[in-house]
Amino acid sequence: MSIKLTIMDQMKQIAREHGKTLAPLRDDLVLLDSGLDSLGFAVLVARLEDTLGIDPFTAAEDAMFPLTLGDFVKVYENGAQQRAVA
Amino acid sequence: MKMVRSNAPSLKSRIADAAPERFFWDRAARFCVNHLARGTGFGGRLAELAGRSVAVATSSQLTTALALIELDSVARRVTILPPDTAADHFAALLACAEADAVVTDEGTPDHAAFDLPVRVVCAPAVVPAEQLSLPRAQTEWVLLTSGTSGVPKMAVHSLDSLIAPIGAGQRLDGAVVWGTFYDIRRYGGLQIFLRAILGGASLVLSCAGEPIADHLARLGRCGVTHLSGTPSHWRRALMSPEIGKISPRYVRLSGEIADQAILDSLRATFPEAGVGHAYASTEAGVAFEVNDGLAGFPASFLDHDRDGVELKLVDGALRIRSPRTAQRYLGAQNALRDGDGFVDTGDIVEERGDRYVFAGRRGGIINVGGLKIHPEEVEAVINRHPQVRMSLVRPKQNPVTGSIVIADVVLKADGARSGGEQQIKNDILELCRDVLPRHKVPATISIVPALDVAATGKLARRYG
Repeated sequence: MSIKLTIMDQMKQIAREHGKTLAPLRDDLVLLDSGLDSLGFAVLVARLEDTLGIDPFTAAEDAMFPLTLGDFVKVYENGAQQRAVA
Repeated sequence: MKMVRSNAPSLKSRIADAAPERFFWDRAARFCVNHLARGTGFGGRLAELAGRSVAVATSSQLTTALALIELDSVARRVTILPPDTAADHFAALLACAEADAVVTDEGTPDHAAFDLPVRVVCAPAVVPAEQLSLPRAQTEWVLLTSGTSGVPKMAVHSLDSLIAPIGAGQRLDGAVVWGTFYDIRRYGGLQIFLRAILGGASLVLSCAGEPIADHLARLGRCGVTHLSGTPSHWRRALMSPEIGKISPRYVRLSGEIADQAILDSLRATFPEAGVGHAYASTEAGVAFEVNDGLAGFPASFLDHDRDGVELKLVDGALRIRSPRTAQRYLGAQNALRDGDGFVDTGDIVEERGDRYVFAGRRGGIINVGGLKIHPEEVEAVINRHPQVRMSLVRPKQNPVTGSIVIADVVLKADGARSGGEQQIKNDILELCRDVLPRHKVPATISIVPALDVAATGKLARRYG
């Protein structure tokens, strides 16, 4: 499964668990408007580390938390690439 | 106990010459500080509160600010109830404070505990009033600790101990507009409130339930120059596109461990701003501020008297002695300070090179975005699962909430594993979701072969 699909699957799963309604998952969706709250994103990052094996935010000390879903996916795609190169 | 009588000017006298352009704002209203100095929100009833033990149960931060300015040096004791105080605890807290008066506002819910000899409703507006000449009281300021369960502890401060950390250099060049993500009814927010008063500044108050985007936009409109919050507050703010609406000159973090990532993110977002993190707690007061942009604090801070603040380590935990600490707990059996006058913070620090960094809480309380969790409580739920032998709930570093809880679970060797490990993990999570608030439910569960047990027979909780 692609990184993007994995992220979207996890977002849907967490929204279900937290009883939240997700906005349509488009690249330009502002994460704050997605329906997940801070705790939801915290869980998302932890779950993605389990499934994808990376936490690009904690690994890179200067990583900025992205604003949109598209940027969020890119951070993971870049993180996965860097790991493949290393 | 040695009582030091203070001759420090009252809060009200400190704003007597306030410039007319100084304001306290919240979402709905604003007070001109200058009007506050010459007016009242108590409708002529301040004298009834003189010498009393007054509980401040106002619902809005603006009326809280007004009440605190009026009550300082007038009331014998001021007990500030934070907005999230459980109503179940009102009676016990007010009894412990020996409260014989309460200040409420329009939004304060009715409660039998507020049926005290004097109840004054603080108006949402200031009206001009003649300033009374009341007997000068050495007001005790009682702040509630952010407890995890049970009745919060009540730490007794004085105005002197509260303003001791606010040194020279607070009166900075140009007009200062403070903002804070905190509530001023807790130590961290109260510090900013006092800084605004002493520093000749304006103050933008937070409002419960206000979306972060709206709050940031409001801070921007008010021209905030100095902004404070916890690392979690800041992480949340940095997720909002509205962060571009503010351009503070000084950014301050406290209340949680400020890691390098959040310090660097703030530096990148506000390249022109000074970024400082403070170590503070309700009991210990502000112990120090670090302004070099690096996590932790220089090793040289330890075992030296710096501005009257002494730090030392006992079994890896930070202890603090200073004129900024609270004096005692009200009504509690345990002492707030040790025999030498040090406050035991329970915060574990580790030496890394020429600095010390915070490793976590000795008690193992996990802080998820400002919400506190006892890992044992979560483990007790997990351990209810019939196939679980033991579990360890621990914090994991997280870019959004600072920490999040995860669980390591050891399964029973003999039990039938219907559905395999994934099914068991799902069942455990469902069990947790049924009985625990969301932030206490582990984000992930790992099935592990064993957990370390220390020589004491207890689970080894060494958080890495």
